[in-house]
Amino acid sequence: MNAPRAVVVAAPSAWQRATRSGGLAIGLALALAMVLVALAAPWLAPYDPNAQDVLLKLEPPSAAHPFGTDDFGRDVLSRVIYGSRISLFVGAIATLAGVLAGTLIGVVSGYFGGLVDRTITALTDVLLSFPQLIMGLILVAVLGASLTNLILAIAITAVPAFVRVARASTLAMKERDFVDACRSLGFGDPRIMFMHVLPNIVDEVVVMGSLWFAAAIRTESTLAFIGLGVPPPTATWGGIIRDGFDNLLDAPWLSIFPSIGLLAIMIALNLIGDGLRDATDPRTPQ
Amino acid sequence: MSVATARSEARADDAAESPALVVEGLTTSIRIERHWFDAVRDVSFDVHRRETLALVGESGCGKSLTALSVMGLLPAGVGRVTRGRIVVDGVEMTGASDAQVQAMRGDRIGMVFQEPMTSLNPVLPVGYQIAESLVEHRGMGNREARLRALELMELVRIPAAAERLDAYPHQFSGGMRQRVMIAIALACAPKVLIADEPTTALDVTIQAQVLALLADLQRREGLAVLLITHNLGVVASVADRVMVMYGGDVVETAPVDEFFRRPTHPYSEALLAAMPRVDRSSDSLAPIPGQVPGLPELPSGCRFQSRCALRVARCAERPPLAALADAPTHGVRCWVRAPETP
Repeated sequence: MNAPRAVVVAAPSAWQRATRSGGLAIGLALALAMVLVALAAPWLAPYDPNAQDVLLKLEPPSAAHPFGTDDFGRDVLSRVIYGSRISLFVGAIATLAGVLAGTLIGVVSGYFGGLVDRTITALTDVLLSFPQLIMGLILVAVLGASLTNLILAIAITAVPAFVRVARASTLAMKERDFVDACRSLGFGDPRIMFMHVLPNIVDEVVVMGSLWFAAAIRTESTLAFIGLGVPPPTATWGGIIRDGFDNLLDAPWLSIFPSIGLLAIMIALNLIGDGLRDATDPRTPQ
Repeated sequence: MSVATARSEARADDAAESPALVVEGLTTSIRIERHWFDAVRDVSFDVHRRETLALVGESGCGKSLTALSVMGLLPAGVGRVTRGRIVVDGVEMTGASDAQVQAMRGDRIGMVFQEPMTSLNPVLPVGYQIAESLVEHRGMGNREARLRALELMELVRIPAAAERLDAYPHQFSGGMRQRVMIAIALACAPKVLIADEPTTALDVTIQAQVLALLADLQRREGLAVLLITHNLGVVASVADRVMVMYGGDVVETAPVDEFFRRPTHPYSEALLAAMPRVDRSSDSLAPIPGQVPGLPELPSGCRFQSRCALRVARCAERPPLAALADAPTHGVRCWVRAPETP
């Protein structure tokens, strides 16, 4: 018997689909630049972000202080650079923790079904009925404002959304023939869940994760703005905007520069999210 | 010595050893709403090494449920084996713990599915998928399992196997995917292979290639194959014995030549008459009148009586599967066609 020749079919790759619009590249470049700035903060910042100089308070932008100075004479540029560390760090760790926990719970819930699934779904529905910010606020108020508690609170707000996405995808996936094939090979539930179902739903989780990363940064800034963020004098974007808010009419640069930073990271993460969604969805129009 | 006699002698040797798969009095019930119905009734058969038993019947006759029962893969709460015993490679499957049955699956008994397009995990490379059961059942290291996966891909004649070890299922055609499925099923060198309509989803030329591959692997690996199909052409080309099921009952069982020479049960006869043939001049096929009744509506007694032209009063009583007087290996479940039974 002659074995037929193999034909490799070349479909447009995920990378081609993702880069077609250019949004993903812009988003990635922007996000990468911000991450580099955050990492290199000690070398990039011209001043100590907490060094006060009362003689130079509320100075408008100048060559010495490109973003001006605040109420205590602290350099706003240095504070914005250092503030990006908090925003990115809190956002990243909280999103990561929320995504991991939520996805894990969602896969188990969807895969096993039954009473476990009903219980988890009911709890998820209760948690989802709180707006993200309100829940974050309640949690920080209960736990107390600190870096760890902030991360924990924001992570918890992300969990139910990821439980829901992972569960729905798992429900669809476990009916697929390859799951039956896995059973016929004598694979146990953990192997099927984590080696076979999970890799198939990871794209949806990652797309949503990038959008939730933006939401987590927004929540962190909002909590800082209302005074429930990382306690002062640590520079955070929300905190700087808040400080500037008192002098908004006299010294608008105080609030404007951290707001621009916040806006930039939001746009970058949303571009990445859209690009990833296009990459994972073959039906994206060409 | 001719090849044919060598092969038949090899068969005789295999027949002397105990069968790789024994099913005795298997009864499988499935639940429809609140009631349990016997979807497979008192089915017995055995398959020796190097032998292919074809399980034939139309949709809903119980042939796939028989396979799932043997695999221990009946959906919990919906299907269960109520009576009978299943022995795979000398190991009792009925009454064994879930963990024991799970350890047998994929190791000593493999299965090939109907749909090669959807039975592979789309996001994992095929080499990984072939190697996986070696890691799971044999505790093989990744590198060793990968080498074995390459051998298996060559065994099922996938061209340029080394370059395609890391390819994904969507890069393969249907026939190539079915070869991958066969390689996966054979990874741990099982004694028994259940092939559930393995060529139904493939086009005809590819069907022939895959069947030839299966037959070749069966000889080389000494597999016992339980082939589930509704395609009598496939049966004629690869099976050694045939078992026809209707409504959960085995209605006829015979060696393949005997079956095609002398189909005896009215249902087998009707099945063959309904098949298009090039060696027959008639223009029209003879469809079997009516439909298979749903499980709750199946008549007690002979399951086929409602569609049978030869029906007699005694058909209300369930006929036994009785051997024909002149052919001890040819069993028929019919009062009319196997009347000499007590």
